[in-house]
Amino acid sequence: MKELSLNILDVAENSVKAGASLTQILLTETDDVLTIEIVDDGCGMSEDVVRSVVDPFYTTRTTRSVGMGIPLLKLACEQTDGSLSIHSTTTEADPSDHGTHVTATFNKNHIDFTPLGDVSESILTLIQGHPDKDFLFKHAKNGGEVELDTRKLREVLEDVPLNSYDVMEWVRSYLREQYEALG
Amino acid sequence: MKSLAELQAIKNRMKDKVVLRDGMESTRVVVGMATCGIAAGARPVLNAFVEGVNKEGLEDKVTVTQTGCIGLCQFEPVVEVFEAGKEKVTYVKMTPERAQEVIEKHIKGGQVVNEYTVGTVTA
Repeated sequence: MKELSLNILDVAENSVKAGASLTQILLTETDDVLTIEIVDDGCGMSEDVVRSVVDPFYTTRTTRSVGMGIPLLKLACEQTDGSLSIHSTTTEADPSDHGTHVTATFNKNHIDFTPLGDVSESILTLIQGHPDKDFLFKHAKNGGEVELDTRKLREVLEDVPLNSYDVMEWVRSYLREQYEALG
Repeated sequence: MKSLAELQAIKNRMKDKVVLRDGMESTRVVVGMATCGIAAGARPVLNAFVEGVNKEGLEDKVTVTQTGCIGLCQFEPVVEVFEAGKEKVTYVKMTPERAQEVIEKHIKGGQVVNEYTVGTVTA
């Protein structure tokens, strides 16, 4: 992956596939460290599955038996001396509070740090593909924060789909303006 | 600054259109958006289709959607075009520029762009 924003898109797609109604993408950046958290309320994974998703030869896909999503994210953070952790609770284990929490930390000043790239485009791609799911995106840096909560947009839009072109363009500008204000 | 009031205005404008559109789409463009597709550049390809379809005013006839891995990872980004009553066309190794061409020649003009189809391009 050329940008971490693509890893984010990839891992968040797994959250949607796990039946999450809300997927949170939370980025926290200091001068030295970038933390990416992807938190969903999907069906969760058992301990055995959590252990094996970091293995590239594990996947739930039936077309072929390799899955590279989490291994690629793990590689991207570990090559900066960062780390990846996954906590997950299955629906069976806790019917009222289940889901998966992926945390990846990166040392931004490490020579092998992959640039974050355009996270806004990844958020837009998620909305385009899954207009009925909710996403909460936060990116904290430089003492400020960029935020997008599709639940708030849905309140305004009612039955107008979130992936309508005009709505997507509004979201794109909304995020861009917030990033410009952050500097 | 973009405001929710502006979003409200978009909603009011779109409300009637949504009812009209239901069931009118005849063409479906499907972009593979699994790990393999994303790594190969599917995100800007999807974006090019969404933008292009809108720019050409085709949004009532064409829907752009995403899918998982189609099983042709070495050919990603893969895009499938489904048209009512016609055979599916699979485009491979797509780029935003090629997406533009497919919209122009195939989706608007009805001519399949053979040079980008799975039978023509080699891995």
